[in-house]
Amino acid sequence: MVAKRIIPCLDVKDGGVVKGINFEGLREVGDAVEMGVQYARDGADELVYLDISATQEGRRTFAGLVERIALGIDIPFTVGGGIGSIEDAARLLDAGADKISLNSAAIADPSLIGRIALKYGSQFVVVAIDAKCIEGRWTCTTHGGKRLTDVELFAWAREAGEILFTSMDHDGTRAGYADAVYARLADELTIPVIASGGAGSVEDIRRVLCEGRADAALAASIFHYGQIPIPTLKQALRAAGINVRM
Amino acid sequence: MIAIIDYDAGNIRSVGNALQRLGVEYELTADPARILAADKVILPGVGNAAEAMESLRSRGLCELVKSLRRPVLGICVGLQLMCRDSEEGPTQGLGIFDARVRRFAETPDAKVPHMGWNTLGNLDSKLFKGMEGGSFVYFVHSYYPELCPDTIATCRHGDCLFSAALKYENFYGTQFHPEKSGSVGAAILRNFLAL
Repeated sequence: MVAKRIIPCLDVKDGGVVKGINFEGLREVGDAVEMGVQYARDGADELVYLDISATQEGRRTFAGLVERIALGIDIPFTVGGGIGSIEDAARLLDAGADKISLNSAAIADPSLIGRIALKYGSQFVVVAIDAKCIEGRWTCTTHGGKRLTDVELFAWAREAGEILFTSMDHDGTRAGYADAVYARLADELTIPVIASGGAGSVEDIRRVLCEGRADAALAASIFHYGQIPIPTLKQALRAAGINVRM
Repeated sequence: MIAIIDYDAGNIRSVGNALQRLGVEYELTADPARILAADKVILPGVGNAAEAMESLRSRGLCELVKSLRRPVLGICVGLQLMCRDSEEGPTQGLGIFDARVRRFAETPDAKVPHMGWNTLGNLDSKLFKGMEGGSFVYFVHSYYPELCPDTIATCRHGDCLFSAALKYENFYGTQFHPEKSGSVGAAILRNFLAL
């Protein structure tokens, strides 16, 4: 059977991996390629690189970086952040990305998902959804959670090829994932779901993979600061009866 | 020289990157003379089988690939093109492997696409020299080659046991992506290069 995946997520700004510390701005935590190579060596199953550059110059740097990542690492990786057109997707594919993740642009123009999937295959398109629970209704947001939309999660999620779902209510709390929502997505969808937002412990990851029935768990801080080394995490998950790649 | 057939079928660069990591020189080409002159040929492919087949046909490469007598490795859609036909499209294939390519049925235990790391079983080829059954490799596909006499490795997705790799004479194919399968994938590519 296909193994549950563990996916470190790296935020990239102007070529370096950064991480926000207690909402007080960004700190550079390492080189994007070196960190990716190390994660791959440690047993990460996939990587996600998100471009959080705000400028055109930063975006150009990112495309160049994707080429170096593709040459350096021997596991699949997804790139996302600011992809707004089929041309953006093509440029990143040519640079060597295995998948792209679409977020705000796919909400603004849902046909973009189908157009990219038709040209490059649905396996190339991950739809990243940042949602908040507002009065019991999971509502999609854009622009890093800052803008609410009128799109309801469970209606929207059907349109995608693979889903990377982040609960903005759990992101950054390190208090566990939104397990119940993932369980509902698992019931309603036949495509893989990546859980994101809230990882603080091995137990959080175990729960979202078991009770949440997510296909993959994504996390950032717990990996970047060495809080949970990937080999330790995977041994613990395997001991708990979860099928992971060792 | 290793030739990677360049026919506009998805993320072809990643196979070249994997060879570069192994320190092997390669050439990305659609030139029949260069492909015929190569010691080994790799037919990669990602995306839609029918479109990939049309892309290969429009470059006049179908008969050429079938005529190759040196080791050839089809990867993912590259393997599927070497089969008899595919439900994706549908399209005819090159008919090198005696397998048909079918779509996975979606079940609660088996999401489609089959995406991620899964284990190989029933290994039966020099391609897997030094490897044990149960090794994990990376798959991403919605269509699979059936089991057939050419099967040299199997994989299970839900209730479906399918061909993870095929071999007929000098032709090899892997449904998984050795170029994205970490150290296991690198070993398989090295075994292919050593044929």
